[in-house]
Amino acid sequence: MDAYITKLDGAVAVDDTILTTGCPTTAGSRMLENFTSLFEATAVTKMKAAGYTLAGKTAVGEFGLDTLGETCFFDAPLGAAAKIVSEGEVMAALNVDLNGAPRRAAALYGVTFIKPTYGTVSRVGVVPCACSGEQIGVTAKSAKEAASLLAAIAGHDPGDGTSFSAGKYEYALDIPLAGKRVGIIRELMTGENTGKVETMAAKLRALGAEVTDISLPEVSLAKTAWQVLLAAETCNNLSRYDGVKFGYRTEEYKNIEELYVGSRSESMGLLAKAVILYGSDVLSKGRYDDCYDRALRARRRVREALAGAFGEADILLSPACLKAAYTKEELKPLLSVYEESVYTAFASVTGVPAVISGGVQMVSDTLNDALLLSAAAQTEV
Amino acid sequence: MNYETVIGLEVHVELKTNSKIFCSCRNGHTQDANENVCPACCGMPGLLPVFNRRVVELGMTAGMMLGCDITRRTTFDKKSYYYPDLPCAYQITQWFAPICRNGGVEIETKSGKKFIRLKQIHMEEDAGKLIHDDWTDTTMVDFNRTSVPLIEIVSLPDLRSADEVLAYLERLRTLLRFAKVSECRMETGTMRCDVNLSVRPEGSDTLGVRTEMKNMNSLSAIARAIEYETARHIDAIERGTETLVQETRRWDDVKGQSFAMRNKETAADYRYFPDPNLVPVVIDDAWYESVRATLPELPEEKAARYVSDLGLTEADAGVLTASRNLCDIFEAAYPQCSSPKDVAAWIIGDCMGLAGKKQVTADDVPVSPDKLAAIVNMVEKKEITRGAAKRVLAAVWEKDADPRAFVEENGLKAQSDEGAIREIVTRVVASNEKIVADYKAGKTKAMQALFGLVMKELRGNGDPAVIRSLLEEALS
Repeated sequence: MDAYITKLDGAVAVDDTILTTGCPTTAGSRMLENFTSLFEATAVTKMKAAGYTLAGKTAVGEFGLDTLGETCFFDAPLGAAAKIVSEGEVMAALNVDLNGAPRRAAALYGVTFIKPTYGTVSRVGVVPCACSGEQIGVTAKSAKEAASLLAAIAGHDPGDGTSFSAGKYEYALDIPLAGKRVGIIRELMTGENTGKVETMAAKLRALGAEVTDISLPEVSLAKTAWQVLLAAETCNNLSRYDGVKFGYRTEEYKNIEELYVGSRSESMGLLAKAVILYGSDVLSKGRYDDCYDRALRARRRVREALAGAFGEADILLSPACLKAAYTKEELKPLLSVYEESVYTAFASVTGVPAVISGGVQMVSDTLNDALLLSAAAQTEV
Repeated sequence: MNYETVIGLEVHVELKTNSKIFCSCRNGHTQDANENVCPACCGMPGLLPVFNRRVVELGMTAGMMLGCDITRRTTFDKKSYYYPDLPCAYQITQWFAPICRNGGVEIETKSGKKFIRLKQIHMEEDAGKLIHDDWTDTTMVDFNRTSVPLIEIVSLPDLRSADEVLAYLERLRTLLRFAKVSECRMETGTMRCDVNLSVRPEGSDTLGVRTEMKNMNSLSAIARAIEYETARHIDAIERGTETLVQETRRWDDVKGQSFAMRNKETAADYRYFPDPNLVPVVIDDAWYESVRATLPELPEEKAARYVSDLGLTEADAGVLTASRNLCDIFEAAYPQCSSPKDVAAWIIGDCMGLAGKKQVTADDVPVSPDKLAAIVNMVEKKEITRGAAKRVLAAVWEKDADPRAFVEENGLKAQSDEGAIREIVTRVVASNEKIVADYKAGKTKAMQALFGLVMKELRGNGDPAVIRSLLEEALS
């Protein structure tokens, strides 16, 4: 889209999985190629009310399942939003964090991203995949800009039954780091970004924080659990796209089954289909207890483990992705997305806030978003 | 060999709420297809279900009326299946923690009283409707009904005959209408019933092959369907006419037969899972008690009170308490009048008489209790004649007229002023010599003729007793 080429203070790009009126919301799928929503996402409305401008929509992987060109209807550049923010084309971007994609993108492009506590930003107007963990977050060049846009869009929405009751949130950036405990997650100190973690740890130590190692083996469990829950919920949410009411409809069909099968087969990409198949399997009779219900139990275990970790550390520090840069070939969607999510899934599956800054990830306990933004603000160069 | 029919029912009841269960669309009658729809209830992405608390209150009310245990932490689940009338291809229902469990109702048939146990009551959203147009061979979809709140009342297989089923359904209907949970009309689909039926040799304690029948839209159709299905099962068992399989069958009331619905062997897996967008509904003591406090008196209790406290006959009390609407009219009207029996007579005789002419049910009698009381009082005070009162009642029914204003505007005020009536009587007697002569010759019928002439001059509004006594006086 050309719209974001205009350089404006307050110009915000919005993921194409976030509903806007007046221009189509394709969610990166041929299924919604010509779909224009009748209403706008709450976050977009609030952002406009605070004086920001909608600069345009950023391409996403199909239904936001990942920012990978291969599964995308449009030729989406990897991490489109983070890229244009880093280049200064827009001031900030709103992104749906479903499986850590905007966090990985922010880490790769060296910008700030916050996935706020689940329930603080309304999900009304997000093209739904995995409702129990997806969350609108903010990409910006600095923690300050991210915090002010986040403050504009956060707050209770009666249209979202999971949204917290607070009407608005303040994000102070000057919370002292002295005496705060930072735990580096030992199990995630793998790949090419551990150096960035050490750099961040040194900066936090310089601000008076106490840095230690912490063990959180449940990050692998979180990865598997979130994969199961994400697939199940996404499969269910994508079932509304059946070619009957709106969206893509196949041209040739003799009965309703052919209409369903043709419309869905022709309009959806490989990753969406894989998620649908996997999701229906984990919810099916005979598999539910062993897969879906077990994932729910695993989510509780991860929550407990995180509660334990937050007893020892105020901020959990780790890389956000495996590599420092990727070629398109390295991002074979079906496997790489899954493997990469070990860094991000524990925050998705539990709803705790996560901030990307300086190419690394910082995670804190529920509603402690301001501490993360303070750490980011005070360690920015 | 003798056989026993074993029946369990799944009864769907549409709840009487102002809006739908998960969006703010109106829940009510519509003129056109797709009139009450929004992006949420037609399946567009991006809106989340916003739960209507009134639905829980009506669900609780139903459970309390039916003696159920109320689940204090009740949750919603998603049930997945593809059908064009289900816009999201999932239905939000309750699978793991339904609002009510256990309970039951006592029914009475020719063979006596019996308790029918319930398994559970759960809340869910309704689906839309498909309309097939044979002329163009297309199917159209109407989403007016999607997301209309329902409760499904699931009985245990305690029923043994069509008689018992009808008694059970009528009892459910009475209780739920009394509690204003639903209109419970089979003809408009606000009450729908699926019949699970199997047959076994008498005395056996294992259940036979069960079939589920759908698409009965009247009590008589249910009775016919049960009789047909029982005979079909027995034929299959005794004479091997066919092999019974567990399946869903559609009742065709015109043909008087049930037909197997397309066998979706794999479709039985609904892949239920908890809806992450709906947080559990917690019913605390205060909420529970506030709903409990709104429970109505049962119809039997009301009838007993009408007889013992208000002096109504059992028959009259029975007619009134067959309908919550008649009870409401009666209870609001009689305290404004001197005789509860008179008010009951007006409702049972005149209101129900009009209802019969207009072919509406007792639940639809649209007469305001205050206006009915005004009519009864005007008659009692002889301000209008009974004949005029009927005209007033019709006007109240048809255009919600104000009774006193209507009497004034139409000159219906009763003429009981003796002086004025005497003047007319004198004139009539003087100008009808022949009739007077007939009367004096012993033809008592002639009196009626004179009475009619006087009444005509008074435009029907004369006090009959006054006219009669003045006529007698003038002729003596």
